[in-house]
Amino acid sequence: MTTKIEVRDFNFFYGEAKVLHGIEFDIPEKQVTALIGPSGCGKSTFLRSINRMNDIIAGARAEGRIAIDGKDLYAPGIDVVSLRRRIGMVFQKSNPFPKSIFENIAYGLRIGGVKDRRVLDETVERSLKRAALWDEVKDRLGRSALALSGGQQQRLCIARALAVDPDVLLMDEPASALDPIATQKIEELVYELKDNYTIVIVTHNMQQAARVSDRTAFFMLGKLVEYNETRTIFMNPGQKLTEDYITGRFG
Amino acid sequence: MRHFDREIEELKELLLRMGAMVEEQIHESIRALLERDSAVAQRVIDADSGIDRMELDIDQHTIELIATMQPAAVDLRFVATAMKITPELERIADLAVDVCERAIELNAEPPLKPLLDIPRLARIAQDMVRQSLDAFVRRDAALAREVIARDDEVDRLTEQSFRELLTYMLEDSKNISRAIRLTFVGKYFERIADGATNICEMVVYLVEGKVIKHSNEPA
Amino acid sequence: MKGRPANRMSDRIAIAALGASVLLILAILVVIIGNIAIHGARTVTWEFITQPPRDGLMAGGIFPAIVGTAALVILMSIAAVPLGVATAIYLHEYTPAEGLTLAWRRFRLSKGRAGRKRLFFRAMSALLANVTRSAVANLAGVPSIVFGLFGLGFFIQFVGRAIDRATQPPGEVVWGQGSLLWAALTLALLTLPTVIVATEEALRTIPQDLREASLALGATQWETIRRVVLPGALPGILTGAILGISRGAGEVAPILFTGAAYYLPFLPHRVTDQFMHLGYHVLILSTQSPDVEATKPLLYGTVFVLLALTFLLNLAGVIIRVKTRSRR
Repeated sequence: MTTKIEVRDFNFFYGEAKVLHGIEFDIPEKQVTALIGPSGCGKSTFLRSINRMNDIIAGARAEGRIAIDGKDLYAPGIDVVSLRRRIGMVFQKSNPFPKSIFENIAYGLRIGGVKDRRVLDETVERSLKRAALWDEVKDRLGRSALALSGGQQQRLCIARALAVDPDVLLMDEPASALDPIATQKIEELVYELKDNYTIVIVTHNMQQAARVSDRTAFFMLGKLVEYNETRTIFMNPGQKLTEDYITGRFG
Repeated sequence: MRHFDREIEELKELLLRMGAMVEEQIHESIRALLERDSAVAQRVIDADSGIDRMELDIDQHTIELIATMQPAAVDLRFVATAMKITPELERIADLAVDVCERAIELNAEPPLKPLLDIPRLARIAQDMVRQSLDAFVRRDAALAREVIARDDEVDRLTEQSFRELLTYMLEDSKNISRAIRLTFVGKYFERIADGATNICEMVVYLVEGKVIKHSNEPA
Repeated sequence: MKGRPANRMSDRIAIAALGASVLLILAILVVIIGNIAIHGARTVTWEFITQPPRDGLMAGGIFPAIVGTAALVILMSIAAVPLGVATAIYLHEYTPAEGLTLAWRRFRLSKGRAGRKRLFFRAMSALLANVTRSAVANLAGVPSIVFGLFGLGFFIQFVGRAIDRATQPPGEVVWGQGSLLWAALTLALLTLPTVIVATEEALRTIPQDLREASLALGATQWETIRRVVLPGALPGILTGAILGISRGAGEVAPILFTGAAYYLPFLPHRVTDQFMHLGYHVLILSTQSPDVEATKPLLYGTVFVLLALTFLLNLAGVIIRVKTRSRR
């Protein structure tokens, strides 16, 4: 099991407030790693630190090391824009652009300079197939993405992220705004995607983490309390805090 | 759901494999008894540890499944049933081992009498085990109820065999040790049939959601 | 139930009062426009629109004034809209979100050289944004005549004369006098606040998570603005632009000293030319004419054309807004 993302003594500040304390663990390649914990525990903040989306927030500051394939993302001189091209992100509330379905998927390619219509067509088809959305939209690629249902929009956002062929996929509570059937489709999709992508998923739904992930990290108050195989966390966690959270004794 | 369905299928496979092994043990124990073959008996005794390992393996699988998949409704009943069938199968396998131990002891002495009742009830018990597993796999509550009904016949044959052996014991005190051992053998097969009955009651629960054990519901 | 009849009564009074206000406004509007329409329609003929004035503005048409107004409005738009939109984009998209006080405090409390430089620039950017916003707010409140004086004093007498000194033979006055250029720039200053505020409003309607989605895909900030924000904000931006432009088209005070003329024998064809203007023509006709009765029909006609122009501009704005909105 190769390590894809290495986290060493990672601290994060919003202005003066320290929101992540000494996070340290390894995220394996081509597996699903879930981040769970009560609200405000820092799991989303940590996720966004991986693709440095926190940089756009006023007063955000990071200390420590997060490395992908051995390269530290916070080293001076790192080009954040090209970093983000290698990492795809799916947000809690689906956010398709007010453009056609085709243009949404092609967006990432276009900003990468791809103009060849054939390449765009092929990539759009491939991405939509990978996101299990192709059959539902193949006849209306030119229509607005906003006309799709919530679950379809979220799969569109996944396809959009996959179009630039990232190695890592970050998902921030991707199904929390969806109904159970749509949620199930997303979970099944995540399970299939892990053959090709390293996936880190934040979820406040513990059962989802149990169903979908291979490894689980439990965060609380900005600290990483426990990190282990999902089986172990949900059957026999090592920390009492973890057990209290899993059994619903708080949070 | 597909991932979950695969996990369920895998669990079913494991159970069937264990069931097949147990059926084999029963079959061989009957052979050891009738053909007076202690080598066969010994093989049965040695093979029991494999069945114990399977029980632990399936246990682990079922708990993991519950922890990670949160099955509901019929899926939950399936997993719960699987968890209760495995120790039942393991007990049946242990009973086959007990039969073989008695067989080895009996083979050291000349045969007491031609065996009639015991092989009959042994075969019925073996059938019941096989059918109970069939009912589980096919989720056939009707078949399960049929199997439960045959338990009466097994009880009757055991009683019959015991009374016959009793006469042998009263006749000549030198018969007692062999007769007692044969009584035990009959008892073991009766308990194997009871195990099959328990399995069938669990199958009815799985299929219909109805609990019929500990009741005398007519089949 | 107690109190119900009283509630219903006050409800009815309120509706009646509000309705009456609306009717009053409508009535006033109808009277004004109706008056102009009735009297003006008679004068507005094809000749009126296409012929220059004769007999010392007592007869003829207003063609040069139409041309002058159109040229002025076009130049003003070219000056005001890009500048206004760019300013609004800077204020909304590139300004640090934390504000000046916080940014400055962070800079003062910071350690480490690389961080310090970045924080300093952030603070300066916040300062620039604050200053700009104040300037825009103040600009919006300045009376239009003051813009005119500014245009005269700064553009014409300072900048224009300096250009003349640098490029023309001594004594020649080309840039240092009233012209389309200086009048347009003066009007542009007047309309900037409207364009900036409307554009910022339009940018604000674009939800932040669209920008985040674009950035997460590896777009730069400018690419995000160009491909996602601006296309979405376009209806609002165009509306604001048209609003500002139609306001500027009607203003007279700023152009009094900066280039409007009451009679020119030729049409303006260089930016340094003076020009005739519909609004200014109205002013002249109503205050300077020797025979009030004779010029009345001309006055009505000119006002009619001016109102029609404004109306057409606003209509264009509505059409553009509807078209761009339905395309989304």
